[in-house]
Amino acid sequence: MSEFTERLLVGPRRKGSTDRVRLIWLLVIPLIAILFQVYVPRFVQFLTYLELPLLVTVHFALSGRGPIASVFYGMFIGLVQDSLSHQPIGMFGIVKTLVGYFAASVSMRFDVENPIVTFILSFFFYFFHQFFYWVLARALLGQAMLFDAPQTLLFGLLNAAVALPLFRILDKLRVAA
Amino acid sequence: MEFFLSRYRNLTVLLIAIAAQLLLIAYQIKSNRDVPMLRVWAVSAVTPAEQALNFVRRYTWGFVEDYFVLLGVRNDNEKLKQQNGQLKLENHYLKTELSTADRVRALSAFQANTPSKMIAARVTGNGTAANSKEVFIDRGSASGIESGMAVVTPDGIVGKVVFAYPMAALVMLVTDGNFAAGVISQKNRVRGTLKGLGHSDCQVDYVQNEEKVDPGEWFFTSGDDRIFPKGFPVGQATVVRSGKTFKEIYVSPVGLQGGLEEVLVVLQGVHQQIPEGEVSTQNYKILPPPPDSGTEAPQGTGQPGVLATDADRLRDQYKQAGDAQHHTFGEGTPGSTPPDFTKIPGVHAGALPPKPPASVAAKPGASQPTTTAPTESKPGAAGAAAPAGSVANGAPATKKPPVARTQPEPAVPIPPAKPRPRTPILVTDPTDADPGGEALPPPKSEKPGVKPPPRPPGQ
Repeated sequence: MSEFTERLLVGPRRKGSTDRVRLIWLLVIPLIAILFQVYVPRFVQFLTYLELPLLVTVHFALSGRGPIASVFYGMFIGLVQDSLSHQPIGMFGIVKTLVGYFAASVSMRFDVENPIVTFILSFFFYFFHQFFYWVLARALLGQAMLFDAPQTLLFGLLNAAVALPLFRILDKLRVAA
Repeated sequence: MEFFLSRYRNLTVLLIAIAAQLLLIAYQIKSNRDVPMLRVWAVSAVTPAEQALNFVRRYTWGFVEDYFVLLGVRNDNEKLKQQNGQLKLENHYLKTELSTADRVRALSAFQANTPSKMIAARVTGNGTAANSKEVFIDRGSASGIESGMAVVTPDGIVGKVVFAYPMAALVMLVTDGNFAAGVISQKNRVRGTLKGLGHSDCQVDYVQNEEKVDPGEWFFTSGDDRIFPKGFPVGQATVVRSGKTFKEIYVSPVGLQGGLEEVLVVLQGVHQQIPEGEVSTQNYKILPPPPDSGTEAPQGTGQPGVLATDADRLRDQYKQAGDAQHHTFGEGTPGSTPPDFTKIPGVHAGALPPKPPASVAAKPGASQPTTTAPTESKPGAAGAAAPAGSVANGAPATKKPPVARTQPEPAVPIPPAKPRPRTPILVTDPTDADPGGEALPPPKSEKPGVKPPPRPPGQ
């Protein structure tokens, strides 16, 4: 195992692993992300590809707060997102619960401070989120949704590109305990 | 069990969370019922923030957006103003072109319908001499133009060529102080000399006071000056009044009205007849006379108008005397007593009672006329206005109104003034008619040994 690979796998957790984010930020940041998802595409059409609630969930999970906290955090954001949609409540909740769990699990294995790792994980979880939602919609709701893989891959790249500066901003919003 | 939960706590929590949400979905699908509580909570949490965001956007980004919109409006306004200015210029240019085309068409029609040989020219500039009314035209001796040639427009005469250069010519306008031309009135065929005054009007000089010229009467070129062919319109008399020696007749030249841009130079003039009837002009409209006025000057008023003559004033005095004595002119029978003209109001002040009895005024031989001058030239009015001798003879008085002057006491009969012969003022050279004017070169026909062109009958 090379030094680089070793550093990627067993490197230090994100700086916020020991930080405590104020509770208000735990509520405000997802709310802002959901507001962005609801409100901004009305005026800026090309920003509809952004999945900020997912990125906030991934960021929270990669911050090393544990899988259980990430599970509930993802479930909370997903349920709020479901509440503002016409779908049955729980679709986004299940998906983001899984994302939170897997992201939190991965953050224990990889150096999530590395931008490349952040980019790849963001791209992967976006694709997983969209694909699993499509599976749930077909399996549970029986909806004949189309899954446009190239478009999903492209949007995954764009979201991963947005995730890099976004995670930097969210890291700066942390308040040291 | 406890071991399993403690060892796979994370996975257990995940499974529980997934299972709970699956049950929630199953419940919603199975019962076809929603979970309004969660939705209300979510919407209640999001809506205030959304409203606040909308408020902030409206008063921040909205202002910025409106600002940029206004910037666009201002730019659009500037563009529209610029476009409007360009369109105005284009419109003005097209109107000018259209007007030029109309004038050229009028010149061509006039040139085709006039027997005189003419050449069209365009006015290119003004003369530089002080107080002069001169213009340059773009035709010169190369086009056959020579000094002394007449310059006209379809409306009337414009002037005459004073200098002919190869490519240009200098034209003295009719309003120039040194200009003179022979004219004749349309209605009464009174001849005179048109002289420029240096401003917009001209004067017809050398017309005797006894000559009859009506205000508004047209004047035409008489052809006497050997420059302008006979029959070209000159203008209408705007002011006609008696002067010390000659009548003061002012004419507004029609050839210069409406601007001067294209003219016609008469290369070979042909005399024409003076047209009868009204002369149509493009820019000068004469209103019809008032219903209660005749062709004569205003009468019956104590204060004569500006255009009234001495004869009019004298007739007015006699008419007042007749009215004071309850005498109606034109109704007297042969042998009846005429009014007492020795008591004319204003002349014999105090001699005439305010309202003399009719019997006194009608008494035969009560008074004698003090003048032999008839005051009415109309046949119908001759019986009463004519002197006693004429009335006794029963002959209608057809003499022209005399230039009689009332005298103080005692009243002396004024012999009728002999009408001066209607001698036309023949002006063969404008310099003869305007002694003070600058000597102009004579026209070609004035060269020694060259006979003048044949005059039409009656000239």
